Amino acid sequence: MSEPVLEVRKLRVDYGLGDEAVHAVRDVDLTLHRGEVLGLAGESGSGKSTLAYGLTRLLPPPGVVSGGQVVYHPLDGLPVDVLTLTPAKLRQFRWAETSIVFQGAMNSLNPVHRVSTQLLDVIKAHEPRSTAAGRLARARELLRLVGISADRLDSYPHQLSGGMRQRVMIAMALALEPQVVIMDEPTTALDVVMQRQILGQLAELRQRLGFAVLFITHDLSLLVEFSDRIAIMYGGRIVEEAPAVELYRRALHPYTDGLLHSFPALRGPRRELTGIPGSPPDLRAMPSGCAFHPRCPKAFGPCDKELPPLGPPGDDRPGRAVACWLHPAAEPVPR
Amino acid sequence: MTLSESTAAPVNEVVLEAVGLTKHFPVRRRLRDLVSRAPAAVHAVDDVSFALRRGQVTALVGESGSGKSTVARLLAQLYRRTAGDVRLHGVSTRVHGGRAFRSYVRRVQLILQDPFASLNPVHTIRYHLSRSLRIHGNAGRTAEDLDRALADLLTRVSLTPPERYLDAFPHELSGGQRQRVAIARALGAAPEVLLADEPVSMLDVSIRLGVLNLLRDLKERLDLAILYITHDIASARYFADETIVMYAGRMVEGGDSETVTQRPAHPYTRLLIESAPDPDSITGAAAATAHDRGDGEPPSLIRPPAGCRFHPRCPHAMPRCSVDLPPRLEIADRPGHWAACWLYDPATVAAEDAGAVPPPPASALGDGTATSGESR
Repeated sequence: MSEPVLEVRKLRVDYGLGDEAVHAVRDVDLTLHRGEVLGLAGESGSGKSTLAYGLTRLLPPPGVVSGGQVVYHPLDGLPVDVLTLTPAKLRQFRWAETSIVFQGAMNSLNPVHRVSTQLLDVIKAHEPRSTAAGRLARARELLRLVGISADRLDSYPHQLSGGMRQRVMIAMALALEPQVVIMDEPTTALDVVMQRQILGQLAELRQRLGFAVLFITHDLSLLVEFSDRIAIMYGGRIVEEAPAVELYRRALHPYTDGLLHSFPALRGPRRELTGIPGSPPDLRAMPSGCAFHPRCPKAFGPCDKELPPLGPPGDDRPGRAVACWLHPAAEPVPR
Repeated sequence: MTLSESTAAPVNEVVLEAVGLTKHFPVRRRLRDLVSRAPAAVHAVDDVSFALRRGQVTALVGESGSGKSTVARLLAQLYRRTAGDVRLHGVSTRVHGGRAFRSYVRRVQLILQDPFASLNPVHTIRYHLSRSLRIHGNAGRTAEDLDRALADLLTRVSLTPPERYLDAFPHELSGGQRQRVAIARALGAAPEVLLADEPVSMLDVSIRLGVLNLLRDLKERLDLAILYITHDIASARYFADETIVMYAGRMVEGGDSETVTQRPAHPYTRLLIESAPDPDSITGAAAATAHDRGDGEPPSLIRPPAGCRFHPRCPHAMPRCSVDLPPRLEIADRPGHWAACWLYDPATVAAEDAGAVPPPPASALGDGTATSGESR
């Protein structure tokens, strides 16, 4: 496996302060390697978007990062902790090193400015010494990269279809050749045909430009196909992490297994599916022990008392980690 | 809860039928258009015909903008249709409110997509459900009757014990529970038909199946006819007996769900199925994009393409496709399977077939007659 580019260590994110605080992300450890697609899946309220905003320091109040580190390894130079960057450094870091494509990307373009204005603005702000002609050439190249003809530069966002707007957003995210692109449900609002086209393009661009992607979605079947590794979040914690293929073939955590069996298959035999009984936990009143135990079909003795640590499962498969008492860690991660 | 496919159901009674249903929404005209052109309109739904049968689920699958929700609203009589007919038990109905509308709604109930928006946040579940029961005359005479009916409704949608939910406000329930309340409210009218417009797309993935299984269970117990509108063709395969695919306001393919999803005939259905995420083909996402010539964009519905509306994107388009509208053509592999595509008209294919091109993929051609001619 290649070297890490972004390491999240024991990140905690709360909404609110003091005793009233809701812990949305709890002690999350996550490593993104250079050039890989790491999928982050979970239901609404599992903390996946909060995690993304927390590690880019984009979290609006009352969200507070209350602990942990986010270590970024630039191509050249020493690793830096994103959470301690000064505002000026943070400005340089954002977009140039890590860019983000938001959930409502369709609406994140400014409706009163042309696409060209918005694209050129990014380049101008981060590369003030570039020439106007150079910037324009770069903007044209970017649009071509995502499969939009350069004469669309002068369009307003409302003149583009949803898929094209999404592609413009991806072009903008890639404008400064970042090492890490965070995508928060980038295709949820799009139709399947468009979704596949954009993901295909993204896979191609990644091969060419070599950036790493943190891909956040609730659609696990999409992730299995598209990402290299998958981390599953539940109740603010990562409950399982594994290479995509292995996760699909043999999910260890009952929640992952339940999620995988929540998608009706388009091919193969038609089976009766049940989904997962119950509903996602309330972050204000989390169950004791493993947060999943009230819904878990395999819950037993220790589940409602002690929190299972995230660690490699006992029978030692490389690259896997699971937080479940059914698969007690061979060497629990010290906490 | 069992899968219903095993029972080779006899042809059930048709409850609600759409016949050539058409809806055009007028477009605001500019001054210069007034003199020059005929009034412009969005051709949201054109010539849609199908039947909802007792005890069966019919899925209407399509992308956003394909007109599937408009069909639901036409069937619910919330929109006035431009042309065509809605027949309830064979009787043509056109109601716009008042007593007639109520008696229609009593039999045909609509369930909406977003349970966060379709329940009034300032009222309790008890209020929502008793209103439905009262309006449709199912509340009984005494307070005990009403209480019994309320408990019965909640039990039916598996919200038990009922007392825990009756006096709750919508915000106290999760998305899945809210959608169950919305279903219970629809059942309060004791309807024959449920029109479910994307009933699970706003819910978390882990609870979607629970709601779908509930709907199927209700269908079997109450012998309901259900129209299931969705963009997710895999869930149509899972849940529906019959599947109809819509594209740009027209029906392009129909048949029983298993045939339509396993042996899709229309090029658009094939594109849709190829594009659906498939964990079993872990080859990278770039594979299936080659077939779509139209950049994934459905056409403008104000000036829809002549002929087949899919022809600008179709990899098998022939010259005739851009001129003549393809009729429903039977496909021999399974009774009731049809596609609106010239590829299945042997005469057209023979006439167009200049250079022999191998037949389209997916081996959907049961009769083996169709070969495709490339238009360019």
